[in-house]
Amino acid sequence: MPVLEQPAELLEQFALGDLGAFETLFREFEDEVFRWIVRIVRDPGVAEDLTIETFWRIYRAHARFDPKRSFGAWARRIATNVALDHVKIARPEVALPDDSPGPILPDAAVQRDIRERVAAAFSQLPAKLRVAATLALVEKQPYKEIADCLGISVGAVKLRVFRALRLLRKSLKQQGIEP
Amino acid sequence: MTEPNDGKVEELLKQSIRPVNHELQGDLWPKMLGRLQERRTAMPWFDWVLLAALALWLCLAPGTIPLLLYHL
Repeated sequence: MPVLEQPAELLEQFALGDLGAFETLFREFEDEVFRWIVRIVRDPGVAEDLTIETFWRIYRAHARFDPKRSFGAWARRIATNVALDHVKIARPEVALPDDSPGPILPDAAVQRDIRERVAAAFSQLPAKLRVAATLALVEKQPYKEIADCLGISVGAVKLRVFRALRLLRKSLKQQGIEP
Repeated sequence: MTEPNDGKVEELLKQSIRPVNHELQGDLWPKMLGRLQERRTAMPWFDWVLLAALALWLCLAPGTIPLLLYHL
């Protein structure tokens, strides 16, 4: 997500609670905040609601914003927290399939079944690991950027990704899938 | 830190997570404005608590009503 520089005056007006300044910043950053959130929650409808929630929190916290700092980075950090909160409470969209061997399936169906099982197993991982792995491996976001948004070190992000892969591999092994 | 088949798990994961549309469809400002207005008109919970405490006080000690009116 590129961090755009905003005029100091606009940021100062926002910090004072000016609604016009907030609208300008909203229009400037809504796309970027949405894109970041949808990468995490994987649902555009939910991402729209969470974008509103993010800006609502931003507006409420205007007095705590330091106009000398980057608005974009601040917004992205809040967006990450909002998305992470959602991922923690949202029920996984796919249930973990039964471990018992089913009927013999044709190749394409087998591949689809494996992908469904992988997605289901992944959705059962702890939210923090899932978010780090999704951003790093699926969305190919730079580790530094993920670390900044999650408020942790690059090493900690790598550790979360590593743990996510380990847990996923273990879960797949239990289902008889050997990657 | 990684094992040889971590790469395979990663590849399998990438194939299994469905891609999503990253583009925002439409302007969210009207929704945002609605949210701001909705919250502005809503009374915070502690105001309700204060109001309830005041009502209770006036019920228990109606003699203080003239005193309260005098101070208003």
